[in-house]
Amino acid sequence: MNAADIIILLPLIVISAAAVIVMMTIAFYRSHVLTSVLTIAGLAAAFIALLVISPMAPRSVTTVLIMDGYALFYIGLVIAAAIAVSALSFDYLKGRACNQDEYYLLLLLATLGACVLAASSHFVSFFLGLEILSVSLYALIAYLRVSERGNEAGLKYLVLAGASSAFLLFGMALVYARFGTMELAQVAQNSGAEKDLMLFTGLALIIVGAGFKLAAVPFHMWTSDVYEGAPAPVTAFVATVSKGAVFALLLRYFTVVDIRNYTALFAIFTIIAISSMFTGNLLALMQNNIKRILAYSSIAHMGYLLVAFLASGPLAINAVSFYLAAYFVTTLGAFGIITILSGKDRDADELNDYCGMAWQRPWLTGIFTAMLLSLAGIPLTAGFLGKFYVVTAGANSALWPLVIILVITSAIGLYYYLRIIIVLYEQPEHEGPGPMLQHVTLTGHFVMTALAVMLIWIGVYPSPIISIIQAAVAGLK
Amino acid sequence: MILAWIIIIPLTGGLAAWYSGRINRAWPRWISLISLMLTFVLVLGLWVRNPVRDFSNSGATWLIEFDREWIPQLGISLHLALDGLSLLLLLLTVFLGIMSVGISWTEIRERVGFFHFNLLWILAGVMGVFLAIDLFLFYFFWELMLVPMYFLIALWGHENRRYASIKFFLFTQLSGLLMLIAILGLYFIHGRATGIYTFDYMKLLGTSIPGPAAMWLMLGFLAAFAVKLPAVPLHTWLPDAHTEAPTAGSVILAGLLLKTGAYGLMRFAVPLFPGAASDVAPIAMALAVAGIIYGAVLAFSQTDIKRLIAYTSISHMGFVLLGIFAWDRIALQGVVMQMICHGIGTGALFMIAGALQERIHTRDMEQMGGLWSKVPRMGAVMLFFALASLGLPGLGNFVGEFLVLFGTYRVTIVMTVLATAGIVIATVYALWMVQRAFHGEGREMRSVPDFSLREMALMSVMIVLLVWLGLYPQPVFDRGREALNNLQKSTAGTFRVVPDNVLRVSK
Repeated sequence: MNAADIIILLPLIVISAAAVIVMMTIAFYRSHVLTSVLTIAGLAAAFIALLVISPMAPRSVTTVLIMDGYALFYIGLVIAAAIAVSALSFDYLKGRACNQDEYYLLLLLATLGACVLAASSHFVSFFLGLEILSVSLYALIAYLRVSERGNEAGLKYLVLAGASSAFLLFGMALVYARFGTMELAQVAQNSGAEKDLMLFTGLALIIVGAGFKLAAVPFHMWTSDVYEGAPAPVTAFVATVSKGAVFALLLRYFTVVDIRNYTALFAIFTIIAISSMFTGNLLALMQNNIKRILAYSSIAHMGYLLVAFLASGPLAINAVSFYLAAYFVTTLGAFGIITILSGKDRDADELNDYCGMAWQRPWLTGIFTAMLLSLAGIPLTAGFLGKFYVVTAGANSALWPLVIILVITSAIGLYYYLRIIIVLYEQPEHEGPGPMLQHVTLTGHFVMTALAVMLIWIGVYPSPIISIIQAAVAGLK
Repeated sequence: MILAWIIIIPLTGGLAAWYSGRINRAWPRWISLISLMLTFVLVLGLWVRNPVRDFSNSGATWLIEFDREWIPQLGISLHLALDGLSLLLLLLTVFLGIMSVGISWTEIRERVGFFHFNLLWILAGVMGVFLAIDLFLFYFFWELMLVPMYFLIALWGHENRRYASIKFFLFTQLSGLLMLIAILGLYFIHGRATGIYTFDYMKLLGTSIPGPAAMWLMLGFLAAFAVKLPAVPLHTWLPDAHTEAPTAGSVILAGLLLKTGAYGLMRFAVPLFPGAASDVAPIAMALAVAGIIYGAVLAFSQTDIKRLIAYTSISHMGFVLLGIFAWDRIALQGVVMQMICHGIGTGALFMIAGALQERIHTRDMEQMGGLWSKVPRMGAVMLFFALASLGLPGLGNFVGEFLVLFGTYRVTIVMTVLATAGIVIATVYALWMVQRAFHGEGREMRSVPDFSLREMALMSVMIVLLVWLGLYPQPVFDRGREALNNLQKSTAGTFRVVPDNVLRVSK
């Protein structure tokens, strides 16, 4: 390791340093404002560091981490999402009967874990990143200890994530036993196209571990409960950062291997994709809780992403990256609305809480509508182009059955998005603000507006971001 | 650039109308009216400044074009273009748009700003569909017009609006996605063959596609357009949506959204896949005839006046489908004529039905009767448009239907004869409708206000137009001729107009 290695790791180091600084500050002086400002400043500094070091990429730092354009893109995405989540969390936590400060510490650590995953080129960093992320999330999900559902969600996540980590480790051990190496690139090289039961078992177990994080069917059982129980900003974080980082890693590995050489693995992923699309969209139809609806919708979205993932090839990598960027903006926006409207005793997650919102908060309703339409994939929004891109990738690789299932299930999905939207615009039965319509601060308005602008910008003029993605992932072949 | 403005003005007008609704209820109406008037002037300007020309020597296709890069990485551009066909449909769009704003003046009392926002955005989407010749852009507008239409039905509709709006949305969305897959299929086939990955219609035209693939892709397009049109087994969303929508929504649905389906068939489905299209032509024409008769018979048995009008639309659009798949010079002229006259005539019928409902709070014809003595002006106007709907010579619809039948006769006699039966039934339902609503024993009801000056003004314009189109349709033919020739030229030699060889008469 030399100076250049240290410099290129600057974004990760800045986040770690920010975590330490926040921890020290809390020890001496508790102040919600100070902590949150430090956190956001730290993340912003990391983002700037990212831009500064980007000309140096690609560069492998030892065999464990690789800082190439692909990693930088995903780290940037993760940091940006973390900034949005911290900003949203401030109003959410303000005035609650708990220590607000440690929340930011955990958030920084979780972000660090996700960044490590995005840059991982080795089983060790894979596992380390995943654990840093998961352990922080256990605590974050159960952060509001007065909330029963929060505790239940935290415990559920802990048990299942622990089990899935065990699967993951066992899978890694098998692969290591077979090849004697833990570097992703070497594993990929050795594996070739030979039929090898040990390798296959190892990879399958790794897929179980990753599938759990992605909440793909059949590893999705935790999703709706955790989404519902966790504080809304944490849900946003789980839905975006944690899934995005794992998907980035998965894509990196299987791009090297080219999944289409492995019939069995390909079949497994196909089944996972199809069942995710169906299960997510069908179960979402039956929910009345917005967080649960979004939980199932996120399962469906992972299914769509897997279609592009299975398409493999340069177009597919672009499609996945674009889709994830669009999905980040959209999901943060949707959960952001829930966050800023949530009251102190419970989150604004019942459908009824939103009845007639349009006549009291036209601006926020407009943004929420845009986010939901984006999830549904309607034009002028980022989600439309994302879905278009994914279908394009699928069509390019002639995965017709998958593409047609994607189309059918996304048409089913429309139903529940429209259902929420109609509730927003209904004439409320009683006058005056609903119980859950909290006062929204300027910060909340600002973050939401920024997200909405990004949503429309990506949806209307995507050419710059496509160029960025193309440049970033070009090295990944 | 003027083509872009035609779309931008309603879009911005819509936003302004929405916002102004928070300040004053009257503003959205005026803003919508002004922005549509402005668009109307622009379109009329296009008409005047581009006299009918003969393209046959120059090889040009478009009157004017607008082409900018949009997403060059994927070969997508903002490519708008105008020919005679699009120009006629643009005029129809803006005209019906103005009528819709006019007819909603008193009907819509709540959420006025948002209503007009939706109205203008639908119109912008429809005009985008008529102008876009980049397939991605076309799909973009195709989807864009759905959401505001959904809102229009779901928020301002009648009793059963929730069901109707969701049904409408799911039908159109699913079929639209099938079209998207077909578009992508075409994109990749063309890209692999030539190395140029593009969504541009002009470049994709004439791509040689292996047989079965062409059929699948064509079916993808056909799915979207047949649902919109609607062709018979896919029509079930229409009676619900048309009945439950507010008046302006029904006018736009019947007058414009159905036309986008027909336009799509003429512009995209047939020219891009002439071989496959001619293979399905017999089936499509059979469905068209089935639609003509089925729609007419069902219209006859309705008691809800809006539902009745909705079913007549199915019948009338059957003629459009028939004419398109005959792909005959005269039949296509008839199709264009039929599209315009159906837009105006059915729009007017829905406006009368809406006005009736606003006054007597029912659409049930059993509850009506004897209205003529109370509201003679409404009765007379209704009678006029009912006569237009049944195809009275001297009015525009007659010209359209006659030409479609005339052109189709040269291709297939059986279909023509069967389709003509539809006209007979049309006479029955149209007169029956007037008779039940306006004649006979009246219910006791308090005095009903007749058409106001505003409503009479709107109606008179439409009456004048239909009479004019019926007596002097030549300008429309002149406008459409070059565009239709170009469409036919692009399929020359590949669209075999022989649904039934046996029955074919001389060329």
